[in-house]
Amino acid sequence: MSANRIYIYKRYERFWHWSQALLIIIMMITGFEIHGSYTFLGFKKAVDLHTIAAWTLLVIWAFTIFWQFTTGEWRQYIPSMKNVSAMILYYTVGIFKEMPHPFRKTTVQKHNPLQRLAYLALLAFISPLIWGSGLLYLFYGNWAQLGIDKTFSLEGVALVHTAGAFMITAFFFIHVYLTTTGHTIFAHIKAMITGWEEVEDDHAPAAADHGKRAPGKA
Amino acid sequence: MDKNRCGWRRWIGGALILMASMMAGAANDPGAGKLPVAAAGGKAASTADHSKFKELQGPFKTGPEVTKACLACHNEAGHQVMKSVHWTWETISPTTGKKLGKQHAANNFCGSILSNEPRCTSCHAGYGWTDKNYDFTNQDNVDCLACHDTTATYKKIATDAGHPLYEPREMPKGSGKVVQPPDLTKIAQAVGKPGRQNCGACHFNGGGGDAVKHGDLDTSLIKPPKHVDVHMSPDGANLSCADCHTFNAHQPSGSRYAATAKDTKGLDMKHEDHNRATCESCHDLRPHKNERLNNHANRLACQTCHIPEFARGGVATKTLWDWSTGGKRGPDGKPLFIKDDHGHLIYSAEKGDFKYGENVRPTYKWYNGVVHQVAITDKIDDSKILELNRVEGSASDPNARIWPFKVMVGKQPYDPVNKTLVVNHVYGKDDTAFWGNFDYEKSIKAGMDYAGLPYSGKFDFIETRMNWFITHMVAPKEDALKCNDCHTRSEDGRLAAITDIYMPGRDRNGWVDLLGGLAIIGAIGAGSVHGIARILTRRKGH
Repeated sequence: MSANRIYIYKRYERFWHWSQALLIIIMMITGFEIHGSYTFLGFKKAVDLHTIAAWTLLVIWAFTIFWQFTTGEWRQYIPSMKNVSAMILYYTVGIFKEMPHPFRKTTVQKHNPLQRLAYLALLAFISPLIWGSGLLYLFYGNWAQLGIDKTFSLEGVALVHTAGAFMITAFFFIHVYLTTTGHTIFAHIKAMITGWEEVEDDHAPAAADHGKRAPGKA
Repeated sequence: MDKNRCGWRRWIGGALILMASMMAGAANDPGAGKLPVAAAGGKAASTADHSKFKELQGPFKTGPEVTKACLACHNEAGHQVMKSVHWTWETISPTTGKKLGKQHAANNFCGSILSNEPRCTSCHAGYGWTDKNYDFTNQDNVDCLACHDTTATYKKIATDAGHPLYEPREMPKGSGKVVQPPDLTKIAQAVGKPGRQNCGACHFNGGGGDAVKHGDLDTSLIKPPKHVDVHMSPDGANLSCADCHTFNAHQPSGSRYAATAKDTKGLDMKHEDHNRATCESCHDLRPHKNERLNNHANRLACQTCHIPEFARGGVATKTLWDWSTGGKRGPDGKPLFIKDDHGHLIYSAEKGDFKYGENVRPTYKWYNGVVHQVAITDKIDDSKILELNRVEGSASDPNARIWPFKVMVGKQPYDPVNKTLVVNHVYGKDDTAFWGNFDYEKSIKAGMDYAGLPYSGKFDFIETRMNWFITHMVAPKEDALKCNDCHTRSEDGRLAAITDIYMPGRDRNGWVDLLGGLAIIGAIGAGSVHGIARILTRRKGH
């Protein structure tokens, strides 16, 4: 198969993705230990590691938000219902008949409509749930000083945080599975490592500029 | 391109340095973990040499003679002591207003002082309390030496109402061992500040013997290794009792019935408010480098983590005392006494069954400092186990913290008709005392008659519990409880019985776990099915 390559994931984006992946995996493992699901590192080490990972990811996110806005990449997350049905049809039927993927990645549009919806749900719902409850959990000892000790209960906060953890873990497994749905099993993962995605011939024009220009200016 | 890469590196490097310095800053907080003043374990030099005072040349034949000599100079001391609980054995609970103290409170060890005075008052800070008509206003009967002897040779003997020996005596009777009386003159000339031996003579032997009552107070504290008690060990802070249990004009600070269950003041040595020192009095409110641990102190007493077990000094404490089995005789017709392999008396015809414990894990309870102590005259509910000193507190009580306790299990006589505990006459050379006649019928009747309390003539035994908070025998920090000791789903978790709080690692919501678990299984399952379907259809296609 001959293919063109487009530079789709920039260096910072790839750093963000993989550091975030590592931190989330650490937080899943330590988080469910703190939840009491198993004993692995010991409660203290699990809490310490979970906390350090959370702060590290928050710092990375601060940089990432800055990056998203300065590069205009935030537009990649604007949802659209257009072609969603085509995507669903592809994943439920087309993929098994080796029909072509209905979406062509470009530097301007690197997420397919389903991805856009999924990431928006992650950003707009699961993230605030986890970060909000997580920060409250982390600062439980300061609730009285903050004047919120009557507003929240540790149990409520812990349950919301746990619910968020279950959701992101479910997301994680689906996300990892979907990386195998490229034209080869590891195509998507390779692209996220190298930044270069192989795109089939007939859509060469989309990749003509090799993705070097910021999407906002395209 | 290269320049660009460098830029990113700098950004990331900068972020990491920022984070690292934030964490390091928290760890290096100056002052954290340091004590303000190293308390002196050694005795301060006195400005007076008592051996040179002509008043103390003696010779002294009795305790009260020594006291008269002391009071010749210390002319306020007698009256001060006579106001103290060490003398009155009576106090009004500052929290409940109830009249308590040894004279009135019920316990599940020896029982009541009444009718047993000469034995019990061997720990009275006075002389001659032989019966209920004792004169509490005679200052010559104050015992100065019990607290101020520094020679460790002054001993109030067990049966003489607070007096030491004045003549050589064979003890125990028939043993052939003759005990010599202490040299009161020498002792009087060497008085000084109270040390561990002085306080310990009574407080280490509460309940009738070494380690019997408290669990965290026994003779191992006279010279404990550091792993037994970091504060009292000569290798540790080397503190003596009075360094924390401060006195003011012979009044001991604090009250058993109004403990400071949650100190919000922090550093306050020396005390102005005449309250007993707390951990926080020296260690302040946030002594850990780790803020998360400091936050725990809001709901946990320091003792809960830092005294993982009590009775750690090699002396077993009594954990059960069952009076109901008392009075058995052996095949020879003599009162029965049985010892276990460790030499502990596990059955006594005089006292019933005993159980002992060493390195005992405490029982944990909410406690706000208020104790509901049962008095001997109180009406009791005999339909369930009687808690003689219920401690107050719950998760919703902001003044309560979780404290460690020794819970003493007891079974003791009571009046099932009048629903009161009873006075049991155990000690005395007469035909009713239980420790000689082994007849509850007679001994309880005699005790109640003596006390002037109503008695139906019927007695039974009721199971009782008593809570003794654990606050001594603080372990080195390495031996403190670990997170997992409480934050665990194990039924063996230290706080498994404290169910009115949400504890991470222990508690969860069944629905959240069920639905969440299904979501994860669903995600993995959907991926697997989809993937297998892809593999199968691909094969078909080719």
